[in-house]
Amino acid sequence: MKEGNASWKKIISNLAVPIIAVVFAMLVGAIFMIAVEGNPIEAYKVLFTSSFGNTRYFFETLVNTIPLIFTGLSVAFAFRCGLFNIGGEGQFFAGYITVAAVGVYLKVPYWWIHIPLALLAAIVAGAIWGGIPGYLKAKLGIHEVISTIMFNYIGLYLVNFLIRSVMMVPNGLPATPKIEQTMRFARFIRGSRLNWSIFIALLAAFAIYWILWKTITGYEVRAVGLNPSAAEYGGISVAKNTVLAMAISGALAALAGATQVMGLEYRAVQPFGFLGYGFTGIAVALLGKNHPVGIILAALLFGTLQRGANMMQSMADVPKEVISIIQAIIIFFVASDYAVRKFYRKMKAKNAAGKEGVE
Amino acid sequence: MTTVIEMKRITKIFPGVVANDNVDFQLRKGEIHALLGENGAGKTTLMKILYGLYTPTSGEIHVNGEKVRIDSPNKAIELGIGMVHQHFMLIPPFTVAENIVLGSEPSCMGVLDEVEMIRSVSEISEKYGLHVDPKAKIQDISVGMQQRVEILKALYRGADILILDEPTAVLTPQEVQELIFIMDKLTDQGKSIIFITHKLKEVKAISNRVTVIRRGKMIETVNTADVDTRQLANMMVGREVILEVEKKPSNVGQTILRVNNLHALNDRELPALRGTTFEVRAGEILGIAGVDGNGQSELTECLTGLRPLTEGKIELKGQDITNITTRDRIESGISHIPEDRLKRGLVVDFSLSDNMILGHHYKKPFAIRGNLNYQEIDLNARNLIEEFDVRTPNEEVFAKNLSGGNQQKVIIAREFSRSSELLIAAQPTRGVDVGAIEFIHKRIVAARDAGKAVLLVSLELDEILSLSDRIAVIYEGEIVAIMDAKDATEEDLGLMMAGAARQTEEEEV
Repeated sequence: MKEGNASWKKIISNLAVPIIAVVFAMLVGAIFMIAVEGNPIEAYKVLFTSSFGNTRYFFETLVNTIPLIFTGLSVAFAFRCGLFNIGGEGQFFAGYITVAAVGVYLKVPYWWIHIPLALLAAIVAGAIWGGIPGYLKAKLGIHEVISTIMFNYIGLYLVNFLIRSVMMVPNGLPATPKIEQTMRFARFIRGSRLNWSIFIALLAAFAIYWILWKTITGYEVRAVGLNPSAAEYGGISVAKNTVLAMAISGALAALAGATQVMGLEYRAVQPFGFLGYGFTGIAVALLGKNHPVGIILAALLFGTLQRGANMMQSMADVPKEVISIIQAIIIFFVASDYAVRKFYRKMKAKNAAGKEGVE
Repeated sequence: MTTVIEMKRITKIFPGVVANDNVDFQLRKGEIHALLGENGAGKTTLMKILYGLYTPTSGEIHVNGEKVRIDSPNKAIELGIGMVHQHFMLIPPFTVAENIVLGSEPSCMGVLDEVEMIRSVSEISEKYGLHVDPKAKIQDISVGMQQRVEILKALYRGADILILDEPTAVLTPQEVQELIFIMDKLTDQGKSIIFITHKLKEVKAISNRVTVIRRGKMIETVNTADVDTRQLANMMVGREVILEVEKKPSNVGQTILRVNNLHALNDRELPALRGTTFEVRAGEILGIAGVDGNGQSELTECLTGLRPLTEGKIELKGQDITNITTRDRIESGISHIPEDRLKRGLVVDFSLSDNMILGHHYKKPFAIRGNLNYQEIDLNARNLIEEFDVRTPNEEVFAKNLSGGNQQKVIIAREFSRSSELLIAAQPTRGVDVGAIEFIHKRIVAARDAGKAVLLVSLELDEILSLSDRIAVIYEGEIVAIMDAKDATEEDLGLMMAGAARQTEEEEV
């Protein structure tokens, strides 16, 4: 399908609801700020300048955006196949710990071998971590929502265990040793951690777009997602595509974990709970309408809000929980897109009816 | 005779389409009025306006001589208008009585009064002779019964005017007879019925008057007794329609499909096929006749690899295909027009281009080294749209935006353009208008003349009789008889379809 090169009109109509949702959420956020005696204008100014005020700030915003692009794509790809992958957290950890292992234990003299190798390892690890629930669904009919949630916990505690036992750095820090220099992504400027990961993320977005709308695989995945009976009729294996979509989805979430290690922390730090990238990815996919371009924009918005949250707290004296409220309201509004549209249509019908009534 | 409903100069414009163009319609008290037209002619739109689901762009509606504005179904119900939709709006796990009273339940301080509910439902079903078991669950009763429940629902709400949207589409021949009986009984009690259809025979059998709509315009209202089916068909389509299928004697070749002793279960894990055995040869049409639910759906699914067999063997051109995948079966030369176009035949949220490659989307020229070639895919779609006369603005339209007949043409186009040796056509004209039926029948005969083996599964006995070279009767998952079409009569087939042995007592009904 040509959803990719849709007309501008369609793009605008697709953007309308998310934009209204964001504006409305910020207005409601302002009410909360006033309630805690903060100054909303000041707070939003801080939010804006701390995210876009100068190159360094903007780059840091992008740092927050990168993992959300990956996890947003992950959720969206599974969704296009009719699957709800809630396992982003676990798949993130699968990539996170695998890449740390490759970086710590594998000595490779050249970065141009070490980096692709690490990314490939992350992709494989994520594909397995996502693929198992996919297989369970395809063969045994176990719902992926249940199994991916369980796999999140398995992932979390497995990573905890590995870091606390075999992989822990000798000096007692709850983390692995640092990864080899040959596996670290170069940073662009001093004072910002933005690194090559951003290109990997954009490349992933393009690749997902290409797979979904320009390849046989994408055609089959979408056919299964939209009408599994018709797909089956057309000789498309629902089981195969279920496993494949979950594997690709898992690989995408794992790349979020991988780039976190390779570009930011240079090691795997023991997670004491879920980091939230996987869950926020669900919101990003929802807001981005499961389309790669939408997901990049949505990830940027959530990245901005997350960065702004801390700044607002320290500079405008507004508790950062307000940002959580804003995020929640955005999700709420986009989720009720359907209701909004229906309301809009009703208003239109009423107006039309009103005019007729005059006769 | 008094006029209960008068719709004057109704026009309804949807973006880009005039669905109704200055339509006049009158309903008299106590009559059964057929609203006849092809799919997409605007029959249902007109009735949805009457039922308050759409507001007309212009025009007026009078009910019992008074001008009214019907802006919601609630308003329509208030005015005594009830509608039974083509797709039933019932809640399967609820009982018959619960479904009937839904929305206006008798209650006592917020608690459902079950005794009163059963009593009032029984009362209304007695009054109109619509016998139902109020305590049965919807999911356990037949489609014909469900339809009764829908009619009772409307009557319970005090409807004097009933709109039935294609009520016979889902019924077996026996159930149609029962429905006709019910409708007569209702009109005897002073109810008036509008009956939407595109089946000419039913118009003749059921209605007192008929209004024909073509492309949104009212063509004529006539007394049913004054016209024959041929005249009705011409009014509906706007040109001469050939109701009889013309075909040459068949030129039979080698056996293409051999089905031996098939056993399979249905969705409820009950035996649906019990030793089905038959052959189809090149250049012939084998029609499978039978009452709905005798294993027809399971048979086509087994043949196309969509349902596992428990026993038996399927051979295509001498090769065993019993255990190969659907894709391999398509590869080895099976085309399949599925019985349910929305469930199986189309991905309705895909464009026509995408739908027209389903099943060979992975092959050249549509795909090269894993990538889709949209130039070829779109070209293929444009060619097929033209060749098969699919009415659509372009090939990028989603399949869901086409009318039923045109959706069917998309499937027909896709399946006929495949170089296959066996064509399985399951209910190829279900829910399709006369013009399209003529077209589809011609195509099926052309496929047979080109030397394909055709397996036609249909619930329409007329279709089986007019198309088939040989007819097989399926009853409870078994082929109980195979005969030459020229030796078959409607009566004989009817007897065998109902399980010949048991027929003698039932015949009286």
